[in-house]
Amino acid sequence: MRDEHLILRVMMKVLFAPIILFAFYVQFHGDYGPGGGFQAGVIFAVAFILHGLIYGVGATRKALPQGALTVMMAVGVFLYAGTGALTMLLGRNLLAYDAIVPESTHHAGQHYGIIAVEFGVGMAVAATMLTIFYHFAGREPEIRDEDW
Amino acid sequence: MSVDPGFSIIAVAAVDLALLTLLLVVAWQMLQSRQLFAVVMLSGIYSLLSAAFFVSLDAVDVAFTEAAVGAGISTVLMLSAMLLTARREKPLKMGRAPVGLIAVLIVGAALFYASIDMPAFGDPDAPANAYVGKDYVERTPNDIAVPNIVTAVLASYRGFDTLGETLVVFTAGVAVMLLLGVGSPRGGRAVSDPDAAPDAETGGDAGKQDA
Repeated sequence: MRDEHLILRVMMKVLFAPIILFAFYVQFHGDYGPGGGFQAGVIFAVAFILHGLIYGVGATRKALPQGALTVMMAVGVFLYAGTGALTMLLGRNLLAYDAIVPESTHHAGQHYGIIAVEFGVGMAVAATMLTIFYHFAGREPEIRDEDW
Repeated sequence: MSVDPGFSIIAVAAVDLALLTLLLVVAWQMLQSRQLFAVVMLSGIYSLLSAAFFVSLDAVDVAFTEAAVGAGISTVLMLSAMLLTARREKPLKMGRAPVGLIAVLIVGAALFYASIDMPAFGDPDAPANAYVGKDYVERTPNDIAVPNIVTAVLASYRGFDTLGETLVVFTAGVAVMLLLGVGSPRGGRAVSDPDAAPDAETGGDAGKQDA
């Protein structure tokens, strides 16, 4: 697939950034519309999976190495659990987000808390999906045309 | 601009019927096809159709997840798993005892029988709309002040559940790395094990001779 599939390669270059942008929109707009961390993480991973399908997993691994994904996975879970620990340190129950901004009259703490945990979910999901993809697809680095 | 209510009911029913018919057709084709690539693609189409059906049931969050996970990621993972195996399914052996068919018929009949007792779609007295659901809808504007009630339930009311789900996803990633991974996350280096056979192939042969 090195020098062929010109249309796919060009389309991938056009689509990559909008897909990532859409993932972030879904991530941070989850309070207001459908979506949230799980969906955003999957969409983020899909951008890189498309890249891997068209340019080969080796190129994708160079762009986003497995080491970074492993860190992302752990940081995502840590962000979620850390938000819970923070509210406990502030003297409320686990994940009782109102503790973050206790003086707010319109539950600003809830907004901050939800955005933080959703971002943790998004990171963990995106990194896990890509890890699974790397480890499955990495065993057969390139999809030959006759396989389709 | 007003739409005749009778027309809109018929239109909704027509869309639902079309989607459900397509789901049945795709499922039947998946059963029939022996070519794994076609089966994987059809399962992606099946997910996309069910996502469309969830939209018509007003469950946009579920539809979104189904479209992203079912039609997107699952299809790709099945494709990359397919590359590691044969491209065609083995031909089915015909003439087996019809135990499977009988079991499916009995379970299907039981499900049809149970569906008679199900409340109508959108029934305000249905259990799903009556107790906890109603509470969440009433309380979210005052408790959480987030417009999307699904997010309020998922991330705040049931935040502990979602933490568990995130941990499940994390565990899945770690398990895949441990089972399929090569070496350490920092790039990996060969581990010397003095007890192990020097070569995997000779090791296999030695095992055979011992047996």
